[in-house]
Order: sequence, then structure tokens, then C-alpha cells
Amino acid sequence: MTSINVTVNGTEHQADVEPRLLLVHFIREDLEMTGTHIGCDTTNCGACTVLLDEAPVKSCTVFAVQADGRQVMTVEGLAQNGNLDPIQEGFREEHGLQCGFCTPGMLMTSYALLEQHADPSEGDIRKAISGNLCRCTGYVNIVKAVQYAAQKKAGG
Amino acid sequence: MTLRTSPEIGGMGHSLKRKEDARFIRGQGKYVDDVKLPGMLYLDIVRSPYAHANIKSINTEKALAVPGVLAVITGETLKEYNLHWMPTLMSDTQMVLPVEKVMYVAQEVAAVVATSRYAAADGVEAVEVEYEPLPVVVDPFKALEPDAPVLRTDKEGKTDNRIFHWEAGDKAATERAFAEADVTVKQDIYLPRILVASMETCGCVADFNATTGKLTIWMTSQAPHAHRTVFALVAGHVGLSEEKIQVIAPDLGGGFGGKVPIYPGYVIAIAATVVTGHPIKWIEDRTENLQADSFARDYHMTAEIAAKKDGTMTGLRIKALADHGYTDAATQPSQFPAGMFSICTGSYDFPQAFAEVDGVYTNKPPGGIAYRCSFRVTEAVHALERMVDILADELSMDPAELRLKNFIKPEAFPYRSILGWEYDSGNYEGALKLALETIGYDDLLKEQVEKRARGELMGIGICSFTEVVGAGPSKHFDILGLKMFDGAEIRVHPTGKATARFGTKSQGQGHETTYAQIIAEELGIPAEHILVEEGDTDTAPYGLGTYASRSTPVAGAAAAIASRKIRDKARKIAAHLLDTNEDDLEWEPGKFSVKGSPTLSKTIQEIAFAAYTNFPEGMEPGLEAVSYYDPPNLTFPFGSYICVVDIDKGTGEVKIRRFLAVDDCGNIINPMIVEGQIHGGLTMGLAPALFEELVYDENGTPLNGNFMDYLLPTAMETPKWETAKTTTPSPHHPLGAKGVGESATVGAPPAIVNAVVDALSHLGVRHIDIPMTPDKVWALLREHGVTE
Amino acid sequence: MIPGMFDYFAPSTLEEATRLLEQHGPDAKLLAGGHSLIPLMKLRLAAPRVLVDLNGVAGLAGIEERDGHLRIGAMTRHAQLEASELISDRYPLIADAAAVIADPLVRNRGTIGGSLAHADPAGDLASVMTALRAELVVVGPRRERTIPIDDFLVGLFTTALEPNEVLSEVRVPSPNGGSGGAYVKLERKVGDFATVAIAVQLTVRDGTCDEAGIALTSVGPTNLRARQAEDSLRGGSLDEQSLRAAADLAAQEAQPAADLRGSEEYKRDMVRVLTLRALRRALERATR
Repeated sequence: MTSINVTVNGTEHQADVEPRLLLVHFIREDLEMTGTHIGCDTTNCGACTVLLDEAPVKSCTVFAVQADGRQVMTVEGLAQNGNLDPIQEGFREEHGLQCGFCTPGMLMTSYALLEQHADPSEGDIRKAISGNLCRCTGYVNIVKAVQYAAQKKAGG
Repeated sequence: MTLRTSPEIGGMGHSLKRKEDARFIRGQGKYVDDVKLPGMLYLDIVRSPYAHANIKSINTEKALAVPGVLAVITGETLKEYNLHWMPTLMSDTQMVLPVEKVMYVAQEVAAVVATSRYAAADGVEAVEVEYEPLPVVVDPFKALEPDAPVLRTDKEGKTDNRIFHWEAGDKAATERAFAEADVTVKQDIYLPRILVASMETCGCVADFNATTGKLTIWMTSQAPHAHRTVFALVAGHVGLSEEKIQVIAPDLGGGFGGKVPIYPGYVIAIAATVVTGHPIKWIEDRTENLQADSFARDYHMTAEIAAKKDGTMTGLRIKALADHGYTDAATQPSQFPAGMFSICTGSYDFPQAFAEVDGVYTNKPPGGIAYRCSFRVTEAVHALERMVDILADELSMDPAELRLKNFIKPEAFPYRSILGWEYDSGNYEGALKLALETIGYDDLLKEQVEKRARGELMGIGICSFTEVVGAGPSKHFDILGLKMFDGAEIRVHPTGKATARFGTKSQGQGHETTYAQIIAEELGIPAEHILVEEGDTDTAPYGLGTYASRSTPVAGAAAAIASRKIRDKARKIAAHLLDTNEDDLEWEPGKFSVKGSPTLSKTIQEIAFAAYTNFPEGMEPGLEAVSYYDPPNLTFPFGSYICVVDIDKGTGEVKIRRFLAVDDCGNIINPMIVEGQIHGGLTMGLAPALFEELVYDENGTPLNGNFMDYLLPTAMETPKWETAKTTTPSPHHPLGAKGVGESATVGAPPAIVNAVVDALSHLGVRHIDIPMTPDKVWALLREHGVTE
Repeated sequence: MIPGMFDYFAPSTLEEATRLLEQHGPDAKLLAGGHSLIPLMKLRLAAPRVLVDLNGVAGLAGIEERDGHLRIGAMTRHAQLEASELISDRYPLIADAAAVIADPLVRNRGTIGGSLAHADPAGDLASVMTALRAELVVVGPRRERTIPIDDFLVGLFTTALEPNEVLSEVRVPSPNGGSGGAYVKLERKVGDFATVAIAVQLTVRDGTCDEAGIALTSVGPTNLRARQAEDSLRGGSLDEQSLRAAADLAAQEAQPAADLRGSEEYKRDMVRVLTLRALRRALERATR
């Protein structure tokens, strides 16, 4: 067992974990934050995407011990004081989700994109979300959702 | 369609934002893997590395020594309870866990129960199984050869690997049509084995309470009631009683047909909770999902069309071989072993047709489920729409012109097809003409001529499909004898708000929103004040579930009928409140008013309150209704799709430049959701057209059983879909709606293939089997001397 | 899918890391981005008993140009390469490749050192570094040494690294005027390994080819240098005919194997087609 200290959505969590514990299982099972999902075994689907020190990563391919001393942000951390982040609003307004399973990962990737790039083109958005698979939406409305959030963030 | 309700009420035709999104965008969806119970144990499954082998021994000693491992369940354990076999939904039989032999790679062999997911995985590693390999049958054609080993040795007297032979139509008359034809065309077409791969895999949490005898099972189920009944039938002899089985389908991360079958894992988890007295969680991983869950398609077809010189089609003949794997685990209505394959005459007025399908066993995973489509419609449409293009090529006719010439005419509806379906309504030429005009077909043809002159490869493909959904009328449609009706129960509360429950289960379709809109349309209660619940067999009315685009046609109709029952009672109460006759009242969404005196009115909210506080003497209090809707017919959504592709001469890569989908699904409940369903369906049509196929080697070993090699398209491969619509209401559906979830998955693949073949048609290419991978296209290019 | 058990160490210095490797010998495996290793561990195709995590080692990440070389720290992430203006301005070959490795999320974790040390012939950066004639700085418990990329890549998943050595830096000769490169990758979809990919670096002086680097991804037991193709260009004029001839040679030099991505013939022809495209693009950049 290894002792770790991970800050998730601004709250520090201390835990003793097996080194092999995957970050996604730490978040889902130890911290009981189940918004982050698991969709594959091979780092392809992105359903488990969280921000690790601001960069979106697939939390099924990071050990929890590697997050020791670092900041993690999950879908549960997007809304602030009960107010939705524009990216969350965008997904709802533009019908950017259907079954909701890929959605937390898509939200985190899109959120990180907009933090880096306030006004992405459609091509930028498609490229940015190309590590996240969606089986329901055909991506068209996800692109619109990100564009909606970009405009909202720009005050539009 | 004109809107009958205000945006505040939000009835049909409003693009209401989805109610369910409030939780999903916050990460508060509750999927089965999110269920955590006190004392819960984890189950993981040992799977076979062989496609066909006797099990000589299973040694569990080392596994039981792994820290955290509590039990290992084998076929012998289940045999004690006579639970080692179970029926499939097609009344075939399937092993839960084997006692003698395994029949495909990744078949369940044993299950490890442990205190954590991690310990269970370690336990699986440590189970030792000794196998004796047996001859493997992978090729379905070889499975039918006389010297092929008989795979189902469990079936007494079985001497071959044939499962069924099915046929429809007049064989002799069709033969005459072909004999008399000016032109005939023939093509072998294979639709490969694919898998729905919903983003959430399958799994369950099973919790048996020995004191009360109650089994609660949260499971990835598209059909919770049907599953409960099957569990009661399968495990009744060990004391599970249907009133004490509660199936809860929580939020589902997609379904597409893959969550209709009952997989062995569910049954093992139930056995494990009964045996251990602890709740048991089983969640398959993606590799298991791709290697063991029910597949779709795998139809080897030979299709033929007979026609006159002028292009009039006079006959259709299709013969198909269906590879079902080691058991027929299809999820089709019992009377339809080949599903609705006889819809194969599609949008055209064929005077004669004959179709036959043989099902066979092989050493591959069992299945034959849908992949976002209604029971083998995709196979039928693919064969037909390919053949129409091949005939056009043979006759040097424009494919659009050939289609327009042969369409069933709008005035011919209701139309009875030669193979027996009664199409409810349609306007096929309307949809195709709109598609041709919207995409600028004539300009594209000109562009193609210019590009060809420059040596560039561009193709235009059309598909004009007819769907057949909403199964179905009880006369013909049942699963294991359960008639395919569906239920809705509506309770209007004293303050005029409502709760509605359904036997269906959304997997992303947005039922919580669309059902509320139907009730809002019928009762005038704002959709936001109608709570829709599904998926809990303890509370929901019976129904056969959500697949084959049946929710709107069947459960949606039930919602409308139940609403109308409530409205009938509301009218009586309104008459009482207004001191008038029922006949003197007129309804507009949300209120009854006295004819000629519009100020004399009672709102549905006032009436609801009265139903509990001031109802007429002799009337039962309350305002509730239930409807079990047995549809009089199926519905027949349709559409015309046009795809434009460019092909890279050097690499063989296909690039979809444009794709226009014109759909007609009758009256629309929520346009935003319908468009979203079409986008998703198109993407699941694109996927098998260009990317997906489950591939096995000669030993039956899957070669692409994970997401590294089973290729789901990303946003980069998926084009920006364009949509348009026509509206031809269903005459028999109470709302005129038809269902739309799957149309695009049916219609997209042939449009894409037709476009790619069109791009190469001047070289003499007439057909390409999907997936049209770059290497396959390249081989055709080089064969015809095209290179970069 | 759950990895097997292992002991975990997170050294903060290179010295500590090499000492841990020395201590645990072949049982130990280095963990960089982990995006090849962790999936293999989850599938239980790899089961190292000890993991030495390099993510906390100071000074292993960074991109700078100094003393005639571009120096890339081994723990530099693909996303950092992709975002670097220095690289997009002066090393288009690296920039091309960095943008097409796996997918954007993987690029946030995957590292150049991990990619090179994993020595998967489908790895993109090994071809890039072969075409650029990079040298790799390798640190052991007692010595540091520099290995040319050609000597570093030994075979399938095999490098010249000793079990106690850590790859610390990649050095690429800085381009003179008149050089340009390109990476052209054919993949079935985003996130897939290359069916075939080609790295080309050309240096042009007075209309003739001064130096050519051509390397092939996914068509051999390692990333292959197309020596004959390079030789055919060196010293000659880079006209269309010579580019085509070089592409034909590269195709002959490839050692493809059939798999789900295509037949041997297909891949060989893709080497030809993509080499020609990469040469044209590199030439355009070199002479711009």
C-alpha cells in the first residue's frame, strides 16, 4: 500500500492504495464519484477522461499513485456554486448527448480545449475530441455544443 | 406539422431540451456500475481460449488461495441446481457455464467471486483449465457440408449444423418472372459480423435476500419485464418467484440491441448472490463485450433482380446463409427466424419475389441480434439497394431515375407487398426528389464527368429505403410467447402534475422528454410537470421493451391512449364542474370550455384537483389510466439518402464529402431529438460501411476483439451530416408517428457503398462488400490499372 | 481489465532512478507516459514486478535549441512537441508527426522517450528520429553515453538500452538553410497505429540534394531506414523522376507483413505512395 494525497475538484483526499490501482477506480470506487466512466481496456474510448493538472488524460491509463500531490478535476467539478459551466449548458442546449455515457469525458476534453483555445474552429473541435468515442450522437451536435460554450464564454 | 400546444406546454413538435440531461451533464447519471451495495462482492469470468474443446478439468485450488477470492463457480456448481443451460430468446439453448465442452473463444468457463474487482481478476488468472481441442467450424458454408462435425452434440438426434430454413414468396412464380425477364442481374453480397459496442458494456448487480426471497437485479436491460419473466421461468425451480424478482434497468449507456439478450454473466451473478448471500457485481470489460456478446448481421446473400428493358423491375430473389454462432441467440419475434427479411422488396412495386434464409451453427459467439435496426431489415435493404444500382448499371440508367420508375406510388398506400407486408403510408418519390434537389444532384453529375476526365475518382450514391418497425401486432409478434405490446400508466396528481410509467427503457433516446411531450400534447399538462419513469419492473406496467424502433410506435401510442382515457374522465368532471353536458364541451390542450362560451372553462389542473376533491356522485375518485397497446400494424418509416465520396487513388481511402439524409418518420414528437437520432444512426451506418467487422482466424480466434482494432469512428472520420425531412403520418398510429431511431443505420450503408462503387463504375466495378477498407479499395484500383 | 501487482517507486532524480534499476534488475520497468505499458499490463501481457516512475524526475522534460542541436528531454510529452513554436518553425517533420500520434488525450501523457524506448516499429517518433539522424543520450549508474538512433533501435521492442539505463535526451542536429521534412501517415482512424507512415528530411543546396533521411513506420521489425532510397537522392537533383525512383526503392526496402490493415502488397505500395508524397512535401518546405 502506498499513501497518496490527491486534490480532486479542489478537495484534498488522503488514501492508502495499491500501486496498481488505476486512477479511474480510485475516483469511482474509493472517492465514490461515479461521473467518470469506463468504456474500454485499451486507452481508446476516452469515457474516463479527467483533467490531471489541467491536461485532459484517460484516467484508466494512469495509476492513482501517479496523481499523488497533484490536481484532478472530474465532471463533478465543472459546475461552480451550483452554476453550470458553459460547456455543460452547451451540451444540453445543442443536444450534444444522448445516452450520457461518453458525456463526462467529452465535457472534460471540451472544457480543456476552451481553456486553451477560446475560439476553436470546427476542425479544431473535431480534432480535440478525436480521443473520445461517442456511439450515439454522430458528433455533429457535440461540435455545436462546444461552439455554443465558446460563444457563451466570449460573452456572446 | 402545425403545433397544437404552446411552448409552455411543450407538446408534439417542440424541440424541448431534454429532461434527462440535467443529471448527465453533471455526472449524476446512474449506470449499473455506479450501483454499490453494502457487502457487495465482485464477479469475474474465466473464458475459453479455444473455439471448440472438451473441458478435461478445472482446477480452482490456486484461485481460491488468492487473497480476497471467496468462491469459484463452475458448470458443475450450476448443474446441481439445473442452471447450467438456459433458453435463448429464440427458444434455442445456451450454456450458462459448460460442463462438457466449450463452443467458441471467450465462452464463459468459470466465474470467480471476490471481495474486489482486483482480487477477482487475480483469481481469474489463477484458475487452471485443461482443454482437449476439437475440430473447429468457422465457415458457415463448410458447416453445412456433409462431412462437417456436428457441433450441437447436446441435441439428441441432431445430425447436421442447420438451425432453420425459412422462406417467403412464390418460388415458381418468381422463377417464371426471371425466365421471362429481358434483363437479370445477380450479385453475392456479404454483410459481415459486427457488434453494437455501446459505450457502456453489459453488467449487473444481483442482490438476493434469503429472508424475504426477493431478488433485485440492476442490469443493462433494454427489456426489463421480459427479462424478469425469463428469470422466473428459468429459475422458478430453485425458488425464484416472479413477484419477488425486481429487475431495474438504471441509466443505460447505449443499447442498440446489444442489451436485449440475456447473457450468461447475468445468470451466474444471480446464482452467485443466491449461493453467497452477498450482492454480486458483474461488469464485463470491453474485450469481453467484443469477443462474447451477441453480434449482428453475418448474412451471406445472393441477390437477383429481373427487369424489363425499360427498367421496370419484375422479380426479386434473395438466398441467404445466416451464421448464428454456436446457438441461435437472435432476439427476433418467435415466428420470424430470419426477422423481417421479407421486407426485402423495399420501396419498389415488385410483382414477384422469393426469399429464403438458412441458419447455421458455427464455433463463434452466439447471436443474430440487431445493430440499431429492426430485425434483419438492414440486411434486406442492403441487398436490394445494391441490386437496384447494379441493375441501373446494367441498363445504363441513372439510379435515381430507375428508383423513381419503380417506386410504390403515393396513391397505392396502404400497400400490400408481394411478400405480405401491409405498408401503412409512404411517399417515396417525394423523399427522393427532395434529396436530389437539396443536394444538387445534376450539378454533382456534371462535376463527376469533369473529374473523371481529369482522372479523379468521385462517386454519388443513393439509397431509398423502407423500414418496418414497431413490432408488433399480437397476432404475429411474440418473444418466447410474450406478445409484443407495450404499456403506459399515467397518474395525474391533485395539483395537476403527472407521473407516467412505461414498460420500455430509454438507452439515450430521451424517453423522459418525448413521452412527457406526448402526454402534454394529449392533456395540456406542461411537459416539465410530467415525470416519466421506466425500467423498474416493480413499478412499471408490463411491456416488451425498447429495441427495433418500437418505443414511439408502441409505447408512445400507449401513452396517447392512456392520456385519452384520462381526458375522457376529465371531460365528465369538467361537465360536472361547469354544470353542463359533456357534449357541450370542447377541448383545447389544457382545458375544456363550453361551446360558444369560451370564458366558461376548466383547466386540466382544476379538473385534476376536482378528481380528488369534488368529483361527481357515483364516479370513482382519482385521475389515472393504464393502456396496453397492441398495435394494429407495423409502421413503415422511409427515406432517401445521397452520399458523395472522393477516393484517394494512391491509398484507396474513401472520404465522404457530403451526406444528405431525407427522412420521413411521420409526425414528429421532438424535432431536435429526431435529428439527433438520425445523426447517430448515420454514424452507426458509416461504421460498418467503412470500418467495423469482427474477424476470426481459421481457429475461430477473434483477431480484433478490442477497441484498438475494432474501429469505431471518431469525430475525424465522421462527416458533417446534413438532414431534411418529409412528413407522411402513419394512418393507424394515434399520433401519426412512426419511429426513427434506426432508419439511418439501415439506409446509410448502401448509400455509401453505392457512392464508392459509382466512383469506380467506369472501371467496371459493380460491387464491394463492406467494410470498404482502404486496402480493399486499393486492390480494386490496382486490378483495374489505376494508380498514383 | 486489471493490471497485476507490482512495487512502485517514484524517484526524483535520474541517479535515484538508475540506482533502482540496478537494484531490481530485469524485474523493473520504467514508467514514462505509460500509454503503451499500462494497457499491456491491464491485458496482462506485461507483468513487471517493479515500476520506476520517471514522471517525478526533475529536468527530464523540455525543448531547447543549443550548440547546434535541438535537445528534447525524454519525458517531454507529445502534446508539448505539438505545441512548440520552435518545433513547428524549424522542425516540421517532428511537428507533423507529433500531431498524428495516437489521439490528443494520449499525446498529453505519451513521451518521446517512452515512445523511442518502447521500440514498437509502429511508433511514429522512431521513424522521425531516424530520418533526422538523431542521437540519444542514455544515462546509467556509472556513465552517460550517446547512441545514434540507428544503433539504438535493435529490433522488435528491443533497444540498445541496458537494463540499468535511462534514456534522458534526444538530440537532433539543427537544420541549416535549405532543409525541410515531412511525416505522412496512413491510419485507419484517429488513434490507430500507422498502416504505413513515412518520415522524410531533405537538405537541398544549390538545387542538389545534400542529405536525405527517409524512414519507414510499421513495415518491419523496427522502424526502417530506407538506405538505398536515401543514397539514390544524395548528390542528385530532386526532380520528380528522382523522387519517384526513391519512392520505388523505399518500397523495395520495406519488409511489410500482412495484417488487418492490409496485405503485404498493399503496404509495400503504400510505402511507395506515401514516400513520394512525403518527399514532395519535404522538398517544398526545403525550398520555400
